[in-house]
Amino acid sequence: MEDLSYVRTEMLPERDPPASEVGIIGWLRMNLFSGWFNSILTVVALAFIYFILASIIPWLWSPTWGAGSLSACREIIAELGKEHGGACYGVITERWQQLLFGFYPEELRWRPILTFIGLFVAMAPVLFSDAFPSKMLWFTGAFLFIAPWLMWGGPIWTPLLVAAGPALGFVGYRYLAPVIGNLGAVIVAVLIPILFWLFLVGPLSSLIYSIIPLGIQIVESRLFGGFMLSVWIGVVAIAISLVLGVILALGRQSDLLIVKYLSVGFIEFIRGVPLITLLFVASTLLNIFMPPGTNFDIILRVMIMATLFASAYIAEVVRGGLAALPRGQYEAADALGLDYWKAQRLIILPQALKISIPGIVSTFIGLFKDTTLVSIIGLLDPIGLTGSIRADANWNGIVWELYGFIALLFFISCFSMSRYSMWLEKKLRTDHR
Amino acid sequence: MTTATDPEGGSFRLSMLIYDSRYRSATIQIVALIGFLLLVGWLVSNTVQNLADLGKSVGFGFLSEPSGYDINQRLLDYDSRDSHARASLMGLLNTLLIAVLGCIMATIVGVIVGVLRLSNNWLIARIMTVYVEMFRNVPVLLWIVFSMAILIETLPAPSAFRGDEPAANMLIADSVALTNRGVYVPEPLFGRMDEEGNPLTWRQGLGDVHLFGDAWFRFDVSLELIVFLSTLIAGILVSRLIGQRADRIQNATGVRPKTFWVRTAVIVVPTLIVLWLMGFYLGKPALRGFNFDGGTHLRNSFIALWLALSLYTAAFIAEIVRGGILAISKGQTEAAAALGIRPRRIMSLVILPQAMRVIIPPLISQYLNLTKNSSLAIAVGYMDLTGTLMGITLNQTGRELEAVMMTMLIYLGISLAISGAMNVYNNRVKLKER
Repeated sequence: MEDLSYVRTEMLPERDPPASEVGIIGWLRMNLFSGWFNSILTVVALAFIYFILASIIPWLWSPTWGAGSLSACREIIAELGKEHGGACYGVITERWQQLLFGFYPEELRWRPILTFIGLFVAMAPVLFSDAFPSKMLWFTGAFLFIAPWLMWGGPIWTPLLVAAGPALGFVGYRYLAPVIGNLGAVIVAVLIPILFWLFLVGPLSSLIYSIIPLGIQIVESRLFGGFMLSVWIGVVAIAISLVLGVILALGRQSDLLIVKYLSVGFIEFIRGVPLITLLFVASTLLNIFMPPGTNFDIILRVMIMATLFASAYIAEVVRGGLAALPRGQYEAADALGLDYWKAQRLIILPQALKISIPGIVSTFIGLFKDTTLVSIIGLLDPIGLTGSIRADANWNGIVWELYGFIALLFFISCFSMSRYSMWLEKKLRTDHR
Repeated sequence: MTTATDPEGGSFRLSMLIYDSRYRSATIQIVALIGFLLLVGWLVSNTVQNLADLGKSVGFGFLSEPSGYDINQRLLDYDSRDSHARASLMGLLNTLLIAVLGCIMATIVGVIVGVLRLSNNWLIARIMTVYVEMFRNVPVLLWIVFSMAILIETLPAPSAFRGDEPAANMLIADSVALTNRGVYVPEPLFGRMDEEGNPLTWRQGLGDVHLFGDAWFRFDVSLELIVFLSTLIAGILVSRLIGQRADRIQNATGVRPKTFWVRTAVIVVPTLIVLWLMGFYLGKPALRGFNFDGGTHLRNSFIALWLALSLYTAAFIAEIVRGGILAISKGQTEAAAALGIRPRRIMSLVILPQAMRVIIPPLISQYLNLTKNSSLAIAVGYMDLTGTLMGITLNQTGRELEAVMMTMLIYLGISLAISGAMNVYNNRVKLKER
């Protein structure tokens, strides 16, 4: 009886899991009906969703794109016999260009569009450093000078001369460093571009322009408006405040007491007051603080204050990045004999800035949303424009469509940016959890 | 062992200020200080010269001049003959009111949404995600003006409540009216009067006490409120004593006496008796003529600002709460379950106390944000500090410098006070490590 055996020698075939645990039914049982309380919640949620959709979808479906006024919309809707009423899209057909571009001259609107596209190309190598060649960073650098020129216009010589400032500074540094020592040369290299920009760029540019008139039409800032204004203020403020913010963050982490307390005072002051008070400073006080006769236009003043505002927040983000670096990195830099600036430039900042990119992006989202505050001091961003549109006799009484459109614009931009920042956070998390 | 990196002795040369590490930091700091002072001096001298050119002087005398404007929603008595200082005080109180109410509502909504986002129920979690993303990614100013426009355009006018078959009805037993001029809710009153103003019962209120005479910071204190609050606080203290006694008994015998009903009664019963003795009743709003009369009138501007600010901030708080709960490792829940603690008590005794440490610091900054965002009230005409001191007072007196600076300093003070108070609390709940 050799083949008698009490232990099974071959595996039984695997049985399918019970039908109630897999597939759609299993998923439903797991996620929606796992107990009486959960089931009640599901039913309530379904009723809620039905209620919302049942009131929104018929309202959204409304062929009023061609209507020229709210009363025309109402006639179209009344003809269709919709009982809950319908959306009036005529206002968007009529005003979407204004909501996007403000009063920027129609024939020149290719310029902000080009700038906007260029912005993406310039940001690509920074935001997606894996997918794009780092040579594109040259374009990013050049874009800093091209973008304002495209937006505001003027002689082509101005951006070229502005770009020549840092180059001059670098040349000065190269030649002066052996003569007056490193620190002195650095100070001179910083001073040269500033003085050059303040005193020479304007006259030189108009001089060359009178010889070789190469340029594009100037667009005054008071014509800027709409969504373009929000993006423009946000981008300019973040770009400049990155530099200021890094300096402030280094100042706050510094061992030099006076420098530290000056930075802390500035950061805490800016973070402690609402942006709207800073915008009031821009609109009422900044001209009082400047030398008599100076006259900035209001958008430039707003940009200055938005930059200061953003730089305090960027400084805190960068400080977080600096603090997150292991102490060993600082000690290793010291051990290699690097001086402070070399250590920062070669070892500390590349790592600290990399881990602060998600924070910088959320600061940008916050600032971008806060640019709507400029409507309070009278600039015509999308919300500023709604006032005049709603006061228009044709569109008096319109609410949902107009604000909904603006909200959608902001939602799409902010949502995609926050998704990007989450993606980046996931990518940067190198610990295995 | 001695290590001398810098050579000792030797005569002092000027270049050592830069190249000698003993002096360099002092040099840099002094240069920075001088630069800063120069900047400040430059700004101040510009300001002085500009003001002189405009023929203005800097002074705060304007604060005691009569304001000449009305504030339609205020917490203390005020009229247009009162000074700018009192108008600003009304604005400050309105700012604090919206900040406190907004923080309370944002916390409640935010905690509920944050917990529900972690719900096992897929649908509920998704709905809450939609809510969070919807509010987080649209500017708060847009929410504020949007809410204001919705309130004005969609709610019925007071006249719709008139007639035998009105187009609109009051809610909750005819006590709350939602109209396009604002929301009317019942107000607490003491001592019923008849038409001629004679008391109907012997139970009357205690009246008010006027403090500080005619000064700009005068205010009335309602004695009923004081009596009510002190009864309530006394009740809570007694209730805590009972709770401590229950703790002692539990520690000694291991059995916790049931105290819930006694503790509730100690708080509720005396308060109700005191309210009855003072003749408490709710003054309901009623339609008179073209508008509602009686009750408390919450203006649309207030409601819109309150709703928009708290729902917006709640979306951020929900994320913080969710992050805080997720930060507590699952082992804690499992360990608590292994000890036989029931699920609801696991949340309140094990998870939440630990999650609070993660939640509180970012929560503080959300409260600060809400307070600062309340300055957007100016967009809907709610008279907060920005609307009074930095708005109408600034425009009427032309004192830009003083008004804007004072506003900034007051906001800075509020911010520092909130973060200071919250830091004290944060230090108390912080993990005590050795």
